[in-house]
Amino acid sequence: MAIGVKVMERPVEQTSYVRATLKGMALTLKHLLNTHKVTVQYPEQKWPLSPRWRGTHRMLTTEDGKAKCVACGLCPTVCPANCIKLVPGEDEQGNRYPLIFEIDEFRCIFCGYCQEVCPEEAIHLGRHYENSEYSREGFVYDLERLVSQTHPVSELWDPADPKGQ
Amino acid sequence: MITHLPFAPLLQVADPQLPPTHFWPWLIFALIKLLVVFTVYMVMAALLTLAERKLSAWIQDRHGPNRVGPWGLMQPLADGLKNLVKEEAAPSFASGALYNLAPIISFIPALITWAVIPFGAPFPTRWGRFDMVLADLPVGYLYVLAIASLGVYGIVLAGWSSNNKYALLGGLRSSAQMISYEIAMGMSTIPVVMLAGNVTLSAIVLQQSRIGWNAVTLTFAFFVFVIAAFAETNRLPFDLPEAESELITGYHTEYSSMKFSFFFIAEYANMVTASAMMATLFLGGWDIPFWQGDNVGHYSALISILTILSFVIKVLFFLFFFMWIRWTLPRFRYDQLMSLGWKVLLPSTLAYILVVAGAVIGLDAARVPRDWHFALSMLALNVVIMVLVFWVLDRGRIVSPASSRIAAPELDRLRTMSRRSALTPREAGD
Repeated sequence: MAIGVKVMERPVEQTSYVRATLKGMALTLKHLLNTHKVTVQYPEQKWPLSPRWRGTHRMLTTEDGKAKCVACGLCPTVCPANCIKLVPGEDEQGNRYPLIFEIDEFRCIFCGYCQEVCPEEAIHLGRHYENSEYSREGFVYDLERLVSQTHPVSELWDPADPKGQ
Repeated sequence: MITHLPFAPLLQVADPQLPPTHFWPWLIFALIKLLVVFTVYMVMAALLTLAERKLSAWIQDRHGPNRVGPWGLMQPLADGLKNLVKEEAAPSFASGALYNLAPIISFIPALITWAVIPFGAPFPTRWGRFDMVLADLPVGYLYVLAIASLGVYGIVLAGWSSNNKYALLGGLRSSAQMISYEIAMGMSTIPVVMLAGNVTLSAIVLQQSRIGWNAVTLTFAFFVFVIAAFAETNRLPFDLPEAESELITGYHTEYSSMKFSFFFIAEYANMVTASAMMATLFLGGWDIPFWQGDNVGHYSALISILTILSFVIKVLFFLFFFMWIRWTLPRFRYDQLMSLGWKVLLPSTLAYILVVAGAVIGLDAARVPRDWHFALSMLALNVVIMVLVFWVLDRGRIVSPASSRIAAPELDRLRTMSRRSALTPREAGD
């Protein structure tokens, strides 16, 4: 046969075709009769996500339904992908609030720095993955969209074990 | 007056236990049988695509298709619809007429083999008794062999006319494989014909119901026939013509939409035909085991239906076996395939023919009656042969890694050669 093919001197039990075939058929038959199936029936069943899952963003709100964000500008500064657009505004009492807060989810790398840096615990990553849209514009989430999303938010770290030990 | 009309024979009553006396009832019944067999066969081939996916899923601890209809039963319909309305992409470099002809050629032989396969005991009606076979050709078995070898043309033509190197390789492999295994297949059925003394398939079935199934009396021939049937239908572990991983599905690489679907249906149609042949030649066809009522004496509709059921169960068993093997074994390497076909199956079946011929002459000379005594003696002989064959197959490296061992000096010589050729200076301008 082919030159340089190394022919191993294996015991007959390992090289026999008949015994291996019968063994294999017994194994597949065992699995065939096994009623436990591992498939997750996706739209009905969903696999539980890790509490540290980093998905699309959510903006948390105060009790009166306004975004918690104070437009400090830390998240656009820390964002390595430069995907957060923030234009700050100020009302009559001198409270700062975001005039425009947009996140381009296509640019986002889901590092979680924005959530980590936020002093008001306003912007969060979400435990969520069903993000399909009909247009590319749909992936630029504005403030209204970020506020109205309801999926659970990422924990980024386990509060009981913050250093991951 | 009414006796002059063309449908007059339909009004007459004939003996239900005898063949029909008139042409018209015979023709009408033949057409009905044709329609029923064709419909059942096509529906079965379609459902088999689903069964294959379901079985593969279960073997892999999955559910399989379960979204279209209850238990995914409408999946074949959805697939068919999709393939019908799909855009067809035919390569511009394909050889037109043959490219279009190939799917048809691969499909039709599987279909017309069914013409001679008996699938039930005769059915009595008021117009006479009708045989449950489309055409009980006197040369049935030869017809089957002739038609079965036509199937390869579809694959070879598809490979050649696609004008694609992978498709061509698939076609080439297929022709080599089919020719190699057709010989083993033909040789393994010669003992069957020898025992029956007849090449008519209904005679072979009747002979098995008298003596015992050929799977018992000719176990080794059965074993070889099953292997050859796998190779003939291009099923794993002999699916080298397709070989997704090496040949991008081989001969039907360039086919899309309904033409691809035709190859797909043809594969399953071939499986059904091969299963029916195995059932007919080796598992007694429509014979119900341990009961003589279905073979002799009074024909009745109930017995007829029971025998059809028995035949269907046998066919389904083989179909299941095909799929079970497919999802168990990996593909053979090309040289393993060839060495198994030519070095193992062919000589051993030739020897087996001699052994069976000797045994039959010996048993007849010893005045062993052709009933269960005969079957048991043959079984004893076959058990010995099977043990020997398995022992040899199990020890040998015929189908195991690196087909054969090379003697050490020969290996050294080859290695020196390859080393020398690797050191040759490359040509200028490279």
